[in-house]
Parts: sequence; structure tokens; C-alpha cells
Amino acid sequence: MNHILDISILQMALAFTYAVVLIVIVRLMGIPRELQIVVSSLRMTIQLVIAGYVLIFLFDQDSFWLILLVLAGMETFAVYNAIKRANMRLSLEMRQIIAIALPIGTLASLAFFLVVVVGGDAWRDPRYVIPLAGMIVGNAMTGVTLAVIRLVDGVRSHRGEIESALMLGATPRVATREIVRSAFDSAILPTINSMVGMGIVILPGMMTGQILSGTSPLIAIKYQIAIMLGIMGSVSFSVLILVEWGYRTFFNADVQLVVPAVDPQPKRKQR
Amino acid sequence: MAIPAFTLKNVRFRTILDIPRLEIRSGAVTCIVGKSGSGKTTLMKLLNRMVTPDSGTILYGDTPVEEIDPVQLRRQVVMLGQTPVMFDGTIRDNLLVGLGFAGRDPVPDDELRRLVDLMELGKPLDADASELSGGEKQRVALARVLAMRPEVALLDEPSSALDAGTERVIIDRVVSAAKQGGVTLVIVTHNRAMAERIADDLIEINEGRVDSPVRAES
Repeated sequence: MNHILDISILQMALAFTYAVVLIVIVRLMGIPRELQIVVSSLRMTIQLVIAGYVLIFLFDQDSFWLILLVLAGMETFAVYNAIKRANMRLSLEMRQIIAIALPIGTLASLAFFLVVVVGGDAWRDPRYVIPLAGMIVGNAMTGVTLAVIRLVDGVRSHRGEIESALMLGATPRVATREIVRSAFDSAILPTINSMVGMGIVILPGMMTGQILSGTSPLIAIKYQIAIMLGIMGSVSFSVLILVEWGYRTFFNADVQLVVPAVDPQPKRKQR
Repeated sequence: MAIPAFTLKNVRFRTILDIPRLEIRSGAVTCIVGKSGSGKTTLMKLLNRMVTPDSGTILYGDTPVEEIDPVQLRRQVVMLGQTPVMFDGTIRDNLLVGLGFAGRDPVPDDELRRLVDLMELGKPLDADASELSGGEKQRVALARVLAMRPEVALLDEPSSALDAGTERVIIDRVVSAAKQGGVTLVIVTHNRAMAERIADDLIEINEGRVDSPVRAES
């Protein structure tokens, strides 16, 4: 812990050399991206500066209520973002399910991590709760987004099969079984794949951060192993709630398939 | 007189169908004919509750269909849609899929073999169903319905992918299998000549209006 090299503002500013070099390159290549590079670099800087001060503030307060407030904010943002990134017309019911699946899956996983895996006072220490929640919620958000897209697309493109199955006496669960499976599978696959390269090619961010701040690599890897498993747990739990509940939204009380119309014009492109 | 398989009273569905009264006899072959877009398929889907009418009563036997669990109803009133759908797997898997949906025991291979021969499918039960031609898929789908031995079979254009010669053989065999098994058969078709040949009752549907079924001369 004693040899952390702080970098001065000037040194940090020198890091913007990378951005300048990139701007020169795109200029020379005739790619009109200069503005975007400037904006995103500045945006990143401002967001992180704010995040830094917010974290200092939170660490100083030592208030559990404030932690809960931050968690609520994270969950709200994650739900909003998952719905937005699904980028298709979702039924109200499906949005509600996202708004339930994400908080339940992530908070259960986070609570287990803080209370059982880390233990001690971690559950009320913002230095633990907030970064860990960030990783758990962020990954679950990606998983849920993938699952929603696959579920809705799957039902839309397999209407014929589903209706055929219903007409042969299948329950909705059986009629959508393959679609539910493949939605779940595609949502957890990135998490599973990300574990494969761990430690060989990729030194994950949390572990790198801990090592840079002087933590023994052996402690850092223990945390990293635990958080990877925690992420896997939160992704699979959130996605499971979503798909198991979500497929039901495509059927009415008369067990008929009701598929919301495909968005006629894709939402305006982002970026 | 026996209770009809279905009784429809004052049934309306959007602007598509308006049926003051209609009976479909139990154990008989009823054909529904009419122009495309006249509401034939919709009428059929009212019977297995894939479509819910806006008003009116539909009785299955003497029970209103809305009092029957839709999934249970469809296990007795099995429908084959216009485009035959093959599920992943072999012909055997596809023949057994309906029984599997209903949680019923699979029928033995020799019975499946008999159905495959009845439908003139010269293919092994282990053949991949996705590689069949349109006409072959249609015949597997028909055999699948027969394998379920339902009380009622609703067949929507069941011979659309068959050539005229095969159509006659296959449909006649389906009709006789249904009669032997006491299955009530309802067939939507655009082929009027075929309908007149096989139907006990003929329902003509004209822009959503249905006159009482004509009993065909036999």
C-alpha cells in the first residue's frame, strides 16, 4: 500500500496525447471522426471526475441509506438502459418484467457476495458495495438485454411453429421451450466466455486496480475469482427470471399467441 | 338425435365472420368451402379457440368452449394449419410430437410405420424431417394428427402441396381412417370437387356469412 505513485494533473493531461495522435491519424486518413473523439474523450473525463468526487463524498458520509439510494439509482439506470438497448417495441408487461428481474437478480447476488463471500462489515462499506454493485449490475444489464432481444425475435420469427404446437395441444411453456432455452443460453454465453481468457490474455480491471494500489496479487485474484462467479450468478439469475416470466407475456388468457407488431421504423441510430 | 360436435349461435368475429347458427355433426366429414379471404380458417380457429369470437356462443358437445381449458380443448380438437410445420428431428419425432405435447405415451414404431405407409411416404422413420419436400411434410403432418386419435381433427387445406393424383389417394385414406376411428373431421378446402366427393356436410362461406350446411348427396 505504501508505493502508490500519484500522477499529477499535468501528467494526466499528457495522456491526452493519445487522443491527439488519433485525431491526426483520422485527419490524414480522411475519416470524419475528429469531433467524436474530442467529445467522447472530454465526456469520459468529466464523467470520471464527477464520479471521483461523488465516491469521495459517499465514502466520507458512511451512511447506509445513501448506499441504498445509490443502488436504487444504479438499478433504475440499468433497467432504463436495458429497455432502451433492446431497441424494439416491448410490451408494457415485458418492461415490467425487466424492472423486476434486474433488481432481484442483482441484489440477491450482491447481498450474497457482501455478506457471505466477503463478510465482515463489507455490506455497509461503500468502498465495497458500490464498485461490486457496479460490476454485478452492469453485466446483468447486458445479459438481460441480450435475453430480451433473443426472446422477442425468437417468438416473432417462430410464430408458425409456436401456433402449430398450440394447435396440437402444447402448453405455452412447451411451445416456446426452444426459444426460451436459446435466449437464456445466448445471454449467459458472453459471461462464460469471458472467464476463459481470464489471467492469460486479460488481466481484469478490478484485479489490475487492486494490484496497482498495492494489494497482493493473491488477494486480488481471490476477489477477481469471486466477482466473476458473482457476475455469473447475477446474470443467470436475472436472465432466468426474465425468460421464465417473459415468454408468458406472448400468450393471452385464451392461450393464443399475441405478438406485438414489429417496430415499423427502427429507432434513430445511436452514435 | 345425437348432440352435434359443435354448435355456433350468433357468433361474430370482427367484420370477418357473422354466423347466426351452425352445427357440425359428430362423427361426420364437414367440408368448408369459399373464396380465399372469406373467413374459412377463422371459422376453424373458433372451434379450437385459437380465435375468440367477439360475441355469441360456441358449444363443444354441450359445453361452452370458454369453460374448457384451451390447452385441453386443443388436445381433443386437434388442428393442422395451412402450412405444415416440421419440428426439429426425425419423422418419428414429428409423428410423436403431438402425443408428447399432451403428455401421452408414444405409439410403437409398427403403428407409426403403418401411418407412414398409409400416407404413401416411402421414407424411414429415422429420416430428418427438415429435408422432406412440401408434399411430404404435409403428409407427415396428417399422419401426426391421425397418430393422436383426436375426437375432432380440423384440417386447413390439408392437400395444398399435393398433386391431384396423390391428393385423392391421401385424402380418401384420411377420411376412411377418421370414419373408422370415429373422428369428427372438418376440412377447409378450395377444391370444391373434392369437398363434394368426401363431405357428409358442406358449409359454404361467403364473405363471412354462412348458410346452414348442405347435406351432400352420397
